[in-house]
Amino acid sequence: MEGIKDKVAIIGMGCSKFGENWDKSADDMIIDAVYEAYEDAGIESKDIGAAWLGTYVTEWTGQMLSRALKLDYVPVTRVENACATGSDALRNACYAVASGACDIALAVGVEKLKDSGYTGLPDFELLRRQSNTYRTRTYSPPGHFAMMATKYFDKYGLDPEEGKRIIGEIAVKNHHNGALAPKAHFQSETTLEKVLAAPMVAWPLGLFDCCGVSDGAAAAIVTRADLAEKFRADPVYIKALQIAVGPYEGYMSPKYDWVHVEETARAGERAYAEAGIKNPREEISIAEVHDCFTITELVIMEDLKFSERGKAADDVRSGFFHLDGGLPVNTDGGLKCFGHPIGASGLRMMYEVYKQLQQKADKRQIKNPRLGLTHNLGGTPATCSVSVIIAGNEKG
Amino acid sequence: MTGIVSYATYLPMYRLSRSEIGRAWGTGGKGEKAIASHDEDSLTMAVAAAQQCLAGLDASKVDGVYFASTTAPYHEKQSAATIAAVLNMNAEVCTVDFGRSLRCGTNALRAAADAVRSGSLKNVLVLVADCRLGQPNGANEMAFGDGASALLIGSDNVIASLDSMYTLADEIIDVFRSDKDRFVRTWEARFVRDDGHGRVVPQALKAAMDRTGLSMADFAKLVMYSPDQRQLQAVSKSMKLDAEIVQDTLYNQFGDTGAAQVFISLCAAMEQVKDGDRILLASYGNGADVITLTAQSGIASRKPARGIEYYLNTKLMIPTYEKYLRWRQIIELEPPATAPMEQPSPVALWRDNKSGLDLHGVKCRACGTPQYPAQRVCMECGSKDDFDDYAFSDKAAVLATFSHDSLGISADPPTTVAAVDFEGGGRITCDMTDRDPSEIRIGMPVEMVFRVLRYIGGFYTYWWKARPKRD
Repeated sequence: MEGIKDKVAIIGMGCSKFGENWDKSADDMIIDAVYEAYEDAGIESKDIGAAWLGTYVTEWTGQMLSRALKLDYVPVTRVENACATGSDALRNACYAVASGACDIALAVGVEKLKDSGYTGLPDFELLRRQSNTYRTRTYSPPGHFAMMATKYFDKYGLDPEEGKRIIGEIAVKNHHNGALAPKAHFQSETTLEKVLAAPMVAWPLGLFDCCGVSDGAAAAIVTRADLAEKFRADPVYIKALQIAVGPYEGYMSPKYDWVHVEETARAGERAYAEAGIKNPREEISIAEVHDCFTITELVIMEDLKFSERGKAADDVRSGFFHLDGGLPVNTDGGLKCFGHPIGASGLRMMYEVYKQLQQKADKRQIKNPRLGLTHNLGGTPATCSVSVIIAGNEKG
Repeated sequence: MTGIVSYATYLPMYRLSRSEIGRAWGTGGKGEKAIASHDEDSLTMAVAAAQQCLAGLDASKVDGVYFASTTAPYHEKQSAATIAAVLNMNAEVCTVDFGRSLRCGTNALRAAADAVRSGSLKNVLVLVADCRLGQPNGANEMAFGDGASALLIGSDNVIASLDSMYTLADEIIDVFRSDKDRFVRTWEARFVRDDGHGRVVPQALKAAMDRTGLSMADFAKLVMYSPDQRQLQAVSKSMKLDAEIVQDTLYNQFGDTGAAQVFISLCAAMEQVKDGDRILLASYGNGADVITLTAQSGIASRKPARGIEYYLNTKLMIPTYEKYLRWRQIIELEPPATAPMEQPSPVALWRDNKSGLDLHGVKCRACGTPQYPAQRVCMECGSKDDFDDYAFSDKAAVLATFSHDSLGISADPPTTVAAVDFEGGGRITCDMTDRDPSEIRIGMPVEMVFRVLRYIGGFYTYWWKARPKRD
């Protein structure tokens, strides 16, 4: 299998301000993100050969993208892959240019969540509908991820207070990073004391263990790798594009241990193989991962082999994942602080990786980046879609 | 000989103390009452009693299910058919709902006995359950409790014969609830006591004695419906009954459990009697049914695993009256700022009856892996359409992990979310119920219970939940 490595490059990216964007419609945020990407790539709307729109609940059809941007009758498709929707939009656009079907493709992710009046995620009816029977669940996403925290603490002998301090450190780190990101939803530092004192959302997860519910959009423009340098001197090359979708095993089989996410492990292994990475802890320069909850980030560190099984807490305590650590994670604040407009998140992660690889991340800039990774999870620990995308600033 | 082959009761885990009700209203109160949890109703309590009653017996031999309650979940839609499905019974089972008065339980018992005696049916499961509502700050609210009972009526291995049946009809508006009311109404107390229950029950008992040629002295136990302790004593006194033989109605432990009350008392009496003892049973509700029974050999050795003592000893106090109001949706709360639960599709529910109602999954014939819900492609080995049905409801289980979800939609927040692993294989993820969140631990034994999952769009969706093993 040849794989995607070095066949596609990102030549432009854009990202709207994330947050409670009361004064912006989905169309407004799409336009903000896409026109930033056009400018970044030095292209115009008429140069787009095909487009993919990732949205989870904002609209049923991809036609909204053409409506907002007034595209020139090019193919537009809506893609959906739960919270990994944005990454899948990028994947589709990359495959389009890699196949030669078009030279320039656009991937956009958007979500308008704050029109709903709900403080949490809106309208999971869409999820319920497919199996809308006796087995319909009455509990929330935090409730599912909290089950992983309970089990993780139990398995590694952490009493809940100690466990909460460890995952609380992740929230503190991501708040620090978010405070340095001008487009982040939450741009404030926090303290472990504040994190631990926050109200409970789904025991053992408190408010600060949960990511923001935000509006936002992000966009990427991709082209074939051999065309990329015509557009800019510092394109970012795609090294791996993987998605693993679980068969619901975690809900049905006692084999599932609730202290890892199989989909992350599978997508990670495949992505490392596709990119030719042997030692991710050493070779990956920066990772933007799906910290929908602090416990998720902790477990991802192990699933992606950044930390040994059961040892991620040691790396959290030592600051290994801080901006100045050995492997900075969620340098823009992650879902926790940059926010989580579902369909946009995967592309927002790549926006940060792209800027870091181009040395344009301002106060958040890490030293000597070479390879960046995005990890985007849609679903729950027991069954989900996970994308792992790896990008680099050099070919080869 | 026609009679009771097996018997059991079910009392919900929760109790509300009458002093807590009194605290809310500035009145007093003695004792406590059994309270169906927010996810229980008469149907689910009947299922719980039925499971106990049928334990160790061949349920496929049951050819009748009679459900009796004044508080069935539907005005139009049969509960007995639902119960038969939950109990995985043959579709040819004769299902009947009885209701409309507190006498509905003995109506069902009489009908069952007649059916078996005539040979029309062989084994009829009589299920009686009630959870009546008294209006806040009223005497009925203090009095009413929730509970259920199950009797299997047949002609083989009878442990208590049903000897005689006498019925008296009596028109009176004393205790009633119209088709427009939610709360039970009671006319002026003295009229109800003296000219209702206090007149009709003694009259029926006397007539029944005349018919059978027996006297009160011939009975080891008199099981008599009574709305409360005081009326039980008043009627016993007026009839000059030996206080020793009058079965306690457990008013201060369970409350007046409506149609189920005489059956719960009967089960308590059956736990105590010996071979040859006679029991006299009298219900009340627009008349009275009087039934005489005789304990047969083997009665002492076939007590239910979960007897009255068990239910007295396994309980959780509902901490506040306000919580009770919330559970019964007597007060309307501000809705949470989350997406409301969507109405399920009756079509999808119907397709899913086997997995949903009787908690059946499948076991792969190729690799032997039990799986819930039923699958067509094996999760483990990939075989297609090669499964046997597999029951999960009776399997031992432990808690794999959990959380307490404050955003989950529940009348009893937080929603305790559980991953449950079954002995012999299989996992289910569901809510936990009848639990104290602070007591929940990974690895604890749990049991599966049939409960109301939600009520949306005018119909109930039932499913199963896990609860800490009740003992």
